[in-house]
Amino acid sequence: MANKIARLNAREQDPAARARNFEEVSYGFTADEARLEASRCIQCKKPFCMSQCPVSIQIPQFIERVREGDFAAAAEIISRDSLLPSVCGRVCPQETQCEGACVLGIKGESVNIGKLERFVGDWSLANDIFKPTRPIPNGKKVAIVGSGPAGLACAADLAVMGYEVVIFEALHRPGGVLVYGIPEFRLPKEGVVAREISKIESLGVRIETDVVVGRTLTVDSLLAEDGFGAVFIGSGAGLPYFMCIPGENLNGVVSANEFLTRANLMGAYHPDSDTPIFSGPRTVVVGGGNVAMDAVRTARRLGSEAYIVYRRSEAELPARVEEVHHAKEEGIEFRMLCNPIEVLGDERGWVRGVKCIQMELGEPDASGRRRPVEIEGSEFEIPCETVVMALGTSPNPLIASTTEGLETNRRGCLVADEWGATSRPGVFAGGDAVTGAATVILAMGAGRKAATAINDHFDQKLFSLVTTYN
Amino acid sequence: MSFKILQKRELTPDTVLMRIDAPRVARAARPGQFVIVRVSYQGERIPLTIADYDPAAGWVAIVTQGVGASTRRLNAMDEGDSLTDFAGPLGRPSEFIDLSPEELARKKFLFVAGGVGVAPVYPQVKWLHERGVAVDVIIGARSADLLILTDEMRAVCDNLYLSTDDGTAGYNGLVTGLIKELIDNRAKTYDEVVTIGPMVMMKFVARTTADYGLPTIASLNTLMVDGTGMCGACRVTVGGTIYFACVDGPEFDAHKVDFDEAMRRQTMYRDFESAADHKCKIGLDR
Repeated sequence: MANKIARLNAREQDPAARARNFEEVSYGFTADEARLEASRCIQCKKPFCMSQCPVSIQIPQFIERVREGDFAAAAEIISRDSLLPSVCGRVCPQETQCEGACVLGIKGESVNIGKLERFVGDWSLANDIFKPTRPIPNGKKVAIVGSGPAGLACAADLAVMGYEVVIFEALHRPGGVLVYGIPEFRLPKEGVVAREISKIESLGVRIETDVVVGRTLTVDSLLAEDGFGAVFIGSGAGLPYFMCIPGENLNGVVSANEFLTRANLMGAYHPDSDTPIFSGPRTVVVGGGNVAMDAVRTARRLGSEAYIVYRRSEAELPARVEEVHHAKEEGIEFRMLCNPIEVLGDERGWVRGVKCIQMELGEPDASGRRRPVEIEGSEFEIPCETVVMALGTSPNPLIASTTEGLETNRRGCLVADEWGATSRPGVFAGGDAVTGAATVILAMGAGRKAATAINDHFDQKLFSLVTTYN
Repeated sequence: MSFKILQKRELTPDTVLMRIDAPRVARAARPGQFVIVRVSYQGERIPLTIADYDPAAGWVAIVTQGVGASTRRLNAMDEGDSLTDFAGPLGRPSEFIDLSPEELARKKFLFVAGGVGVAPVYPQVKWLHERGVAVDVIIGARSADLLILTDEMRAVCDNLYLSTDDGTAGYNGLVTGLIKELIDNRAKTYDEVVTIGPMVMMKFVARTTADYGLPTIASLNTLMVDGTGMCGACRVTVGGTIYFACVDGPEFDAHKVDFDEAMRRQTMYRDFESAADHKCKIGLDR
């Protein structure tokens, strides 16, 4: 039963050392640590943690198995709801989901559910206990666009139901944002992402890389010519915003997407990689989300003195608390209430600094956060050689613009109901392509719901066929 | 997927034409588009314009000048070898393919190609020629031995004009001089110019055609990583607005392109590519 010991946090690489390498920051729990932390769970009858999990993992149940030391049973419980525990245990914002709702957190500290999930995920990868179920094929084909969290989750569920599933990935490596966006030091690519994906492939899911749907093939051709009965679009939100301020096209200004793609997908920090990356002696990252933290910490690891420039105050930073904490430990300097108004260049057209203006918080805006207002006459310069714009992303318009009758909203997001059905029968969508940039777990949840809806779609097709025949 | 090199041909000592087995790309390809190629597991994503394609046979041709480590590695590969990745077709097709046959019939095109820019010009000219559209082509190079694909081009255009800086073939001078020569002295008239080649050449072609009020399209070979709109490395300013060459282009109104910025942005990673061993083959380094 529950005890009074303090929350156990996983050991981490020393900040000074890790600021110079790309190895994972957190070591995760050992088996003994996991069992000890699991013993803190009071096994609530009404588990709030579970109700706050976007995929409703049976959290108390798996934690109980961990406490008992039956890690295989714990893995089996998680696998009923999530196929990517090693990923989600690392990148979910637990503090606002499961852990945020943990009863222990009211008076003390919540159970470290994230690290427990990660432990179970890693343990099952290390012990290779995943036993794929290969059901009898039902003879129906579903195409999935994008191999990120939404597409993988949708594909896995459909494969288990007996569908023939093909994922089309535009890049050369599957994983979507797990591969191009989130850095190695938070989410190892070979050890975790590639192995989690191979689990999904072992269910019979086929992944075809280098296929840009909207160009190489289209949603319409998949449905009309290639024999797919339904298409799920999980193409994410990959189009970076820029600020539209003077000097933004100077050499040395890049989007966070470009910076991170070079580092993560292309492994540009690695000496064997052919892809270059540039991070000058001083790098300013504009933005306050998780992507901004990933970019600034990557710049730090590439040897830059690195700054976050954010127009609101620290309380409004959208990034996870853990990421901000890690960034600070690594020596990142945070310039809050500060907004760039111009990127300054030298005579050769390279960045030499950012001109910023000091902000103060005014009345709350539509987002409920206090609106940042410029303080007149407070302009100042931050000298730097690299500027990374981490201002958010929107869905790539390519698929919407090449598919007949697919509705989008003002922000370029695909319009879909809560089950992922779009304006086009047989075409489903979920994840960032629908919501705009959000989290891995929400995308997975959307992919799973769409899998259910796609299954219903085929049932209805069959039903209408039968009724027509009668 | 394996993208086998079906055929390899050296066009100059460091420029190679390859036919790649890529049935899906071949089926979807249109004039004006490009592909992204990777030659090895740690390889860069190299954007290359499509030089030709055959949907029935399932191949796509690329022409690569070995200017950096990655392109030299690609050119060192042999027939029978396979590329690691070959993604495309990317970018928007040339706008003229959306014109009606009547509109096309009324137009007279002039293509101005330099360096490996001859390669992407070829499928455009071929497409127009197959539809009976009047097309003249200028190919420019520093010297006669660096002119590529002249026979192929001659077969698909009305008039092929060559220009070399040293006068070893065709017109003695730069392509801009030849444009003026054709219009001023040989009474040639055109309705539209398409120019593909080094940025600096396109910049001066655009200046020249602006003097004649000739609508001109340029295809911008910017830096790219993903080539699908994700990274923004390919940002170009056209008419004061920032576009992504990979998804909004690669073709833009040449008279509105900020070529100076585009040229400067192209050099961003040059230090990494050891500029020292790049010898300009079309005489732009003088």
